[in-house]
Amino acid sequence: MANEAPGRPNSLFRNLNAKIASIPMIFTALVVFVGGTVWTVVYSFTNSRLLPRLQFVGLDQYDRLWATPRWIASIQNLLIYGSLSLVFSLTIGFLLAALLDQKIRFENTFRTIILYPFALSFIVTGLVWQWLLNPDFGVQHFVRSLGWESFTFNPLYNQSIVIYGILIAGLWQGTGLVMCLMLAGLRGIDEDIWKAARVDGIPMWKTYLFIVIPMMRPVFVTTLVIIASGIVRVYDLVVAQTSGGPGHASEVPAKYVYDYMFSAQNLGQGFAASTMMLLTVMIVVVPWAYLEFGGRNKRG
Amino acid sequence: MNSFKALIAASTVLGTVGLAQATDLEVTHWWTSGGEAAAVAELAKAFDATGNKWIDGAIAGGGNTARPVFISRITGGDPMGATQFNHGRQAEELVQAGLMRDFTELAEKEGWKNFIRPVSLLDGCTVDGKVYCVPINIHSWQWLWLSHKAFADAGVPVPKNWDEFVAAAPALEKAGKIPLAMGGQAWQRTGAFNVLIPAIAGKETYLKVYQDKDEAAAAGPEIAKVFKAADDARRMAAKSNVQDWNQATNLVITGQAGGQIMGDWAQGEFQVAGQVAGKDYSCLPGLGVNELISVGGDAFYFPKLKDPDKTAAQEVLASVMLSPETQVAFNLKKGSVPVRGDVDLNAANDCMKKGLEILAKGNTMPDPPRLNTEDTNNQLNDLFVEFFATPSMTPEEAQKRYAEIIANAD
Repeated sequence: MANEAPGRPNSLFRNLNAKIASIPMIFTALVVFVGGTVWTVVYSFTNSRLLPRLQFVGLDQYDRLWATPRWIASIQNLLIYGSLSLVFSLTIGFLLAALLDQKIRFENTFRTIILYPFALSFIVTGLVWQWLLNPDFGVQHFVRSLGWESFTFNPLYNQSIVIYGILIAGLWQGTGLVMCLMLAGLRGIDEDIWKAARVDGIPMWKTYLFIVIPMMRPVFVTTLVIIASGIVRVYDLVVAQTSGGPGHASEVPAKYVYDYMFSAQNLGQGFAASTMMLLTVMIVVVPWAYLEFGGRNKRG
Repeated sequence: MNSFKALIAASTVLGTVGLAQATDLEVTHWWTSGGEAAAVAELAKAFDATGNKWIDGAIAGGGNTARPVFISRITGGDPMGATQFNHGRQAEELVQAGLMRDFTELAEKEGWKNFIRPVSLLDGCTVDGKVYCVPINIHSWQWLWLSHKAFADAGVPVPKNWDEFVAAAPALEKAGKIPLAMGGQAWQRTGAFNVLIPAIAGKETYLKVYQDKDEAAAAGPEIAKVFKAADDARRMAAKSNVQDWNQATNLVITGQAGGQIMGDWAQGEFQVAGQVAGKDYSCLPGLGVNELISVGGDAFYFPKLKDPDKTAAQEVLASVMLSPETQVAFNLKKGSVPVRGDVDLNAANDCMKKGLEILAKGNTMPDPPRLNTEDTNNQLNDLFVEFFATPSMTPEEAQKRYAEIIANAD
């Protein structure tokens, strides 16, 4: 839609074909996305049960939500999972990309191998890792059968570390994509920059850290958005690996929303929870979008 | 025309040679374990015999997984021919929204009131004086299943009640057995607790808490005793790390676990495994303390459909489900008690007879799905999943939260 180059006069009839072609998408965005969101927020102030009904109860649903230990546990888990997942997938992804960028042999093979897990759905990933982390026939069993009898690696059945078991699976699945994005970014850096750095005698790690990474800012931003949206909606991975257990140790907000909307037949409560999720995303995204796009669109 | 077809359809069931045309009717349910599947096959057989066709729509994973699917199909405008629910409040709003078919006419014509027993079962199907569902079986939760093999291996006699069972737990553990098998799914945790209430605290307290939503009772000393018992159960089940109820039952069948608190549907599993009540396993209604069973069960609801053929077939199915032959065949396989008082149950085994006796004495109470909304049940599930998985959570702490849930319930 905004495909006019900056600086030119804004005309309603410029690129008319393109504008007509984008009408269905605009319509979808307005009605389905924005409309659906507004509808959800409105109904989160009602006492809707199985079916939506407009009986407003003020902030009752939110009061109950924040008094529910399971919701609090979900938020904490999301914070741990989210921050670690962000840091690790960016670091590991970038390191892998930098290593692949050293003009090694069989680059295609390695890239394919590392990207492969991304082709699996979260449900499959979750099941695979549920088996791998199962003490009776997974990693622990394997190491013990090699002779290390006291070896213990049992994250999914331990309340205090279960979220890290999920993190491992999440990283295994998602890092490949981050690596590919980073690799594309690295390839986009002009050879001459490297040559200039070499002439100046700057060590390689410094070139990466102070020259290449700042130049890759757009790639990082894209990657960040992709990872972050994946984090907020993490659901299937948890369902497949632990179904939220043991206890509530691996519950996540999206699962709370689903359970209360459908299983507990309490739409109001589910809407309140999903509105809180939306709010969290807005708090992160709005300032960022403002910084990223706000300044640039101003016509001088 | 429509009622004419229905008449023909109904007459088929009543024994006359019928002309009803073959109609496919999709029936959704969550019966997928061995014993359950065998029971469903009986229903399908009986329905197919009327010249219609049963399209099986089983959804694995238990009611909590299946119900959202049913509901979104009905509210989303893709209703099935008939669907299972536990009668009571689960489908309450669907009925109120006019999405379900009213069966009052058929019920009066066939005289459901006269043979459905206990009558309270039909009340669970009735909203504003109209009948909206067909009860198909009576299930009760209050059973303790005990493996004779496990106790023989541990060298202790098979317990006669809950207290003896708790006392026998150390011996079982010493013999390498799990004293109490319990699946990790939330409904099983809550279910076990709800069984402990009438057994330990009595029917009065049970009704005060769930029917009257009496917060004081929920926070009181009687329920405190129940939480103590739940604490015992938690210790005894600590090593049980299966998920599904039938996996837990299987631990009891194979003698790896001493016992399991589970509804009478577990009976079907023992039967499939070829075990004999009284010889290979025992069942203690009301945990052997308080011989009191809750009357709940499964019922079929029929969404409103546009297709007149299917609408007629719905009525055929409803009649078939309640016919004496189907009732006996289905319930013997399922391990539940028929909803008809006038059928021959000589084929029933020991445990079922115990259940029938208690039923005849009228020692019954409504079960939680009848009294609580799914919202409340889910909050209880959340609490008990945490309680049973967190040894550091004290019974007092859990009771405080329990009382809060009851206070806020409607």
